[in-house]
Amino acid sequence: MITLDVRPTPSLLLSVLSPLIAFAITVAVGALLFLALGKDPAHALSMFLFEPFHGARALTELGLKSTPLILCALGLSLCYRSNIWNIGAEGQFLVGAITGGGVALWVTAAGVGMNRWEFFPLVTLAGALGGAAWASIVAFLRDRFNANEILVSLMRWLVFGPWKDPKGFNFPQTMSFADATALPRLIPGLRLHWGFLAAIAAAVLMWLFMFRTQHGLQLQIGGPAPAAARYAGFSARYAAWTALLVSGGLSGVAGAFEVAGPMGQLTPYVSNGYGFTAIIVAFVGRLHPIGCVLASGVLSTFLIGGELAQSRVGLPAAVSGVFQGVLLLSLLACDTLVHHRLRWSTWR
Amino acid sequence: MNELALLIGATLSAGTPLAIAGTGLLVNERAGVLNLGAEGLMLISAVAGFAVAFHTGNEWLALGAGALAAAVVSAGFGWLVIWLNTNQYATGLALSLFGGGFSAFVGTGYVGRKLPEQIAHPIPFLSDLPFVGPALFRQHPVVYLTMALTAATAWFLYRTHSGLVLRSIGEAPDAAHALGHDVRGIRLLAVVVGGALCGASGAYLSVVYTPLWVEGMVAGRGWIALALTVFATWRPARVLFGAYLFGGVTMLQLHLQARGVHVPSQFMSMLPYLATIVVLVLISRNAQWIRVNMPASLGKPFVPGNL
Repeated sequence: MITLDVRPTPSLLLSVLSPLIAFAITVAVGALLFLALGKDPAHALSMFLFEPFHGARALTELGLKSTPLILCALGLSLCYRSNIWNIGAEGQFLVGAITGGGVALWVTAAGVGMNRWEFFPLVTLAGALGGAAWASIVAFLRDRFNANEILVSLMRWLVFGPWKDPKGFNFPQTMSFADATALPRLIPGLRLHWGFLAAIAAAVLMWLFMFRTQHGLQLQIGGPAPAAARYAGFSARYAAWTALLVSGGLSGVAGAFEVAGPMGQLTPYVSNGYGFTAIIVAFVGRLHPIGCVLASGVLSTFLIGGELAQSRVGLPAAVSGVFQGVLLLSLLACDTLVHHRLRWSTWR
Repeated sequence: MNELALLIGATLSAGTPLAIAGTGLLVNERAGVLNLGAEGLMLISAVAGFAVAFHTGNEWLALGAGALAAAVVSAGFGWLVIWLNTNQYATGLALSLFGGGFSAFVGTGYVGRKLPEQIAHPIPFLSDLPFVGPALFRQHPVVYLTMALTAATAWFLYRTHSGLVLRSIGEAPDAAHALGHDVRGIRLLAVVVGGALCGASGAYLSVVYTPLWVEGMVAGRGWIALALTVFATWRPARVLFGAYLFGGVTMLQLHLQARGVHVPSQFMSMLPYLATIVVLVLISRNAQWIRVNMPASLGKPFVPGNL
């Protein structure tokens, strides 16, 4: 019989090893899954582990996929550290996509004279306000509704109705946005945009906020130890509202970047599940801003690997969902070992 | 008049999966375990149920297979959160993501397949009555079983000793442990039973209600069921009411669309979610009430002898 003993201090070695062990378990499960489907596991796994790093274009695509993941995961980390179990990043992302897309469409349709650099702060602000507004509903209700169906329907209605592209052959999409509304590119000819650097900057700012300001401390105390926080005069409601609004704003920016960056138009298929994947990014990154940046790299390899596995090996793209779930489950199990020691004991 | 009767009938059928899953989650949460993996469990059991129905043609076997698949998966979930004390929110979310991916992965071969023709289940004599016949008595047996399940759950929780023990474990696990109850064992049992009900609900969706398999076909019903338990303040009858409300608005908007009412259809498809949120928020607008009714140890791990 195995029992768990609480370690007096968390094991530093294991807290570093635990994501690596979880990653190894995920790869092993993946290999078994591919074998069961009669595919060559080495070939299929190379789609996930090597191909996404093959060449400059592939690397910039990784950065492109990481951008929304980093932004969403930063806000989620703040929420989770404050003991607020926000699972609505996907919805906040979608609202940000709608508001950001709306601004881009307005600039396009009204023919406002702007260049890309003037538009960049505008679309960022639009996304942040949209996401934060949606998050404030959640903050008000404090519920567990994952009401994304509402948002997807709203988006469908917009792109089928008032915002539909008049020359779009009835496809559910808006007209392509004007060139001025596209995010400025980092490298000419590649899709990676300045939003990626903005996400990295956001990570640094979040690190400063979490660990170098008193507000950040208040938030992190208020969640796990409400009694201590009350004694110190910190308000739990303040913590909840701040964390949710910051998280909603960041997720909204991620959505706005996605429509103004790689998409260039609003369609109902803007998300790709980034808001959910970001939950895993936050946990794999140990709820730490710098960790989130690193973890987003791992998860975006899974996303790209899933797409490659679909187009080249003929595997369902959903396999990347299996990878994500297994990674988070095994990580959580491994984390037990950080705080506990396994002990063999006889029946009492 | 006849249309109204059919609408009522369709409402009962559409609300049933939510009611089954919501009741299962309620049992979970009454024991203090929050399972955010409901959506994933329902998807896994939907594909398991569909596969069994496709190969055997027996829908009862299919419902059982769905329940069994979800019970096995939720036992794994229970082991993680109850023995390894992993974070319940994160573990549940991981289960949802895993279930979504895994079911799509396993189910690729079943997309677009048809199940054998369903047999109607009219209740003799009663189903021939005017109005009430088509409204109430031509349902699939699972619809009636769900109503019985709600009653049985209410009776179990509030009128039996075991129900009292279950609730006490959700409220004060330390006290229950001191009285000699096996907190972890009972929690695991509650998680497995709750998971099995989510599974039956998922299989009902793919085998009886839709009946077909498509990736992501549960369409957020697992999340709605989770929210129902909160707004129903953990009372079985209110879960049933919320489920029928959601089913009713779903059917009403489809009906209005078919009649050609001039509201964009995408707008209409938001209605069930919006209406359920609004009504349930109104019912439970007293936040204090939710807090008082919420199982006190919901989402918190329990370690025996570690007070």
